[in-house]
Amino acid sequence: MEAVNKIEGGVSVVDRPDIDTDQIIPKQFLKRVERTGFGEFLFYDWKDDAGWDLPVNPILASGRNFGCGSSREHAPWALEDFGFKAVVAPSFADIFYSNCTKIGLLPVVLAEHEVAELMQVSEATIDLAEQEVHFAGRTYSFEIDREIKRRLLAGLDDIGVTLQSGEAIDAYEAERERRGPVTTAL
Amino acid sequence: MPTSPRSLFDKIWDAHGVADELLYIDLHLVHEVTSPQAFESLRLEGRKVRRPDRTLATADHNVPTDGSMIAAQIADHLSRVQVETLESNCAEFGVPVYSMGSDRQGIVHVIGPELGVTQPGMTIVCGDSHTSTHGALGALAFGIGTSEVEHVLATQTLQQRKPRSMRILYEGELGYGVTPKDLILGTIGRIGVAGGVGHVIEYAGPPIEAMTMEGRLTVCNMTIEAGGRAGMIAPDETTFEWVRGRPGAPEDFDDVVAEWRELRTDEGASFGDEYVIDAGEVSPQVTWGTNPAMVTGVTSSVPEPLSDGDRRALQYMALEPGMGIRDIKLDTVFIGSCTNSRIGDLREAAEVVKGRKVSPSLRAMVVPGSQQVAIEAEREGLDEVFKEAGFDWRSAGCSMCLGMNPDILQPGERCASTSNRNFEGRQGKGGRTHLVSPKMAAAAALEGHFVDIRDWS
Repeated sequence: MEAVNKIEGGVSVVDRPDIDTDQIIPKQFLKRVERTGFGEFLFYDWKDDAGWDLPVNPILASGRNFGCGSSREHAPWALEDFGFKAVVAPSFADIFYSNCTKIGLLPVVLAEHEVAELMQVSEATIDLAEQEVHFAGRTYSFEIDREIKRRLLAGLDDIGVTLQSGEAIDAYEAERERRGPVTTAL
Repeated sequence: MPTSPRSLFDKIWDAHGVADELLYIDLHLVHEVTSPQAFESLRLEGRKVRRPDRTLATADHNVPTDGSMIAAQIADHLSRVQVETLESNCAEFGVPVYSMGSDRQGIVHVIGPELGVTQPGMTIVCGDSHTSTHGALGALAFGIGTSEVEHVLATQTLQQRKPRSMRILYEGELGYGVTPKDLILGTIGRIGVAGGVGHVIEYAGPPIEAMTMEGRLTVCNMTIEAGGRAGMIAPDETTFEWVRGRPGAPEDFDDVVAEWRELRTDEGASFGDEYVIDAGEVSPQVTWGTNPAMVTGVTSSVPEPLSDGDRRALQYMALEPGMGIRDIKLDTVFIGSCTNSRIGDLREAAEVVKGRKVSPSLRAMVVPGSQQVAIEAEREGLDEVFKEAGFDWRSAGCSMCLGMNPDILQPGERCASTSNRNFEGRQGKGGRTHLVSPKMAAAAALEGHFVDIRDWS
């Protein structure tokens, strides 16, 4: 994962609540076995709607409960491949939020009225280290888990970090691991 | 010193802490759609699957339901490659897999409980949001993304901050003709599609205690449709009897059951949020919109839109406010999915269908959740009941719940579905989905429109 810090540039807007991951990337595109190339299918069933306008920008602003539904990581892959580096919304679905942080697509939670203001401007800067969003002379701060922030700023590989606890995992398996079921012996 | 009262969730969480915010995973279920990139990364990094003996794979999302027995029979090239990739990855990494042709193949959330590998007190994850299903047996089970699939394959752990807790306490009892599906749809309608975000939800109360294991699986399955991280139900005699005798059941069963009895939420345990819902108030439910919280009772009408989202949903669904739910005419009926495709679901639907005919204007299909469900249904003659009525009897898979295989809706088609999501295009681009219980779906198939199962005969 590449390190995330300052994200600056244009803001694209999809002003709808409860956007599910089926809309972000429909099922027919989940059949690929690769991790790349999903951007061209982003919002595939919506992109021909009248009035649809989603320019390639680093920042996407959207409605509450963004990314609900299916756990498909293909959704953040598609957003990132399309060109987004951050998604700003009043709230996110849990699995989607987690998936974003694993690939370095920054999910930013602002208040509903702050997101509404962001949707009105063309450019913004997101500063992860300071946990701030700047636009049109205004500054809004956002919360993020300290550990997630540390990993994003350093671009750390989660598995590498966990394997540093290898001894703790060994000890857990030796002393506390639950017996069975053994899937290889069914 | 006495410890403070703990919930079922607290007890499982505490028992699985490896290090700070590092949770041990007892069972990792794998399917073909969300795993190929994870296996590929392991390969690139030269990592192994740490615990193949705690990992189990099946092919479900892409498999055709036409009885094809091997991946080579899948006509769609990408689907075929995905299933073949699962098989080769499992062979390479030593992970047991029930793929096409296995009599244990089926929807991942159906086969876990069916094989008895889903047990009380476990932590279970899968790259699929409906992993919440397994919580019905008193496990902590939740969906993860592909990066986390890779993490669990490599380390058998997950980095997790403890979610908040919620209890939904049901009172009263379910009325005649009202099913667990209606109860959970009604609950989602009340708390909303984001009502459970950030929370692990324990379902409790007399209606849950009286419920069959299959009903509990349906309730927990749809936890994610309220945004919940996981749903769970305290293990009891119903749970123990479900697990007893299954292939994955512990050999020292009685000793283990004694431990499982300790998992129940202690008296006085606290929850971040609590709802009390009268199950007796719930009627048979039908969704009218494009998310599962857009739901109402079968005897009511399509509501007036209250927001732009409602208006957009009504437009997509081609419904007018004020129209009676029972006047909605259907093109398709789908009985299946990890929500409602178990043998009990099929028995309930077959009871409605027996000796009757599907409305001539409509196509209807039954997709058993697993090969084992299909085998049992065929042993009981349920397949004949459905076929004689004009239903298409298919082989096991996710099928039209999400339409990754050839079972899809055509644009504009309207479907009564026992599945879990009525999102735009979920069952096929332009398709219109109404979520209902198996009984309601079966009756709708016969009449060509929704009927109130309570006064239908």
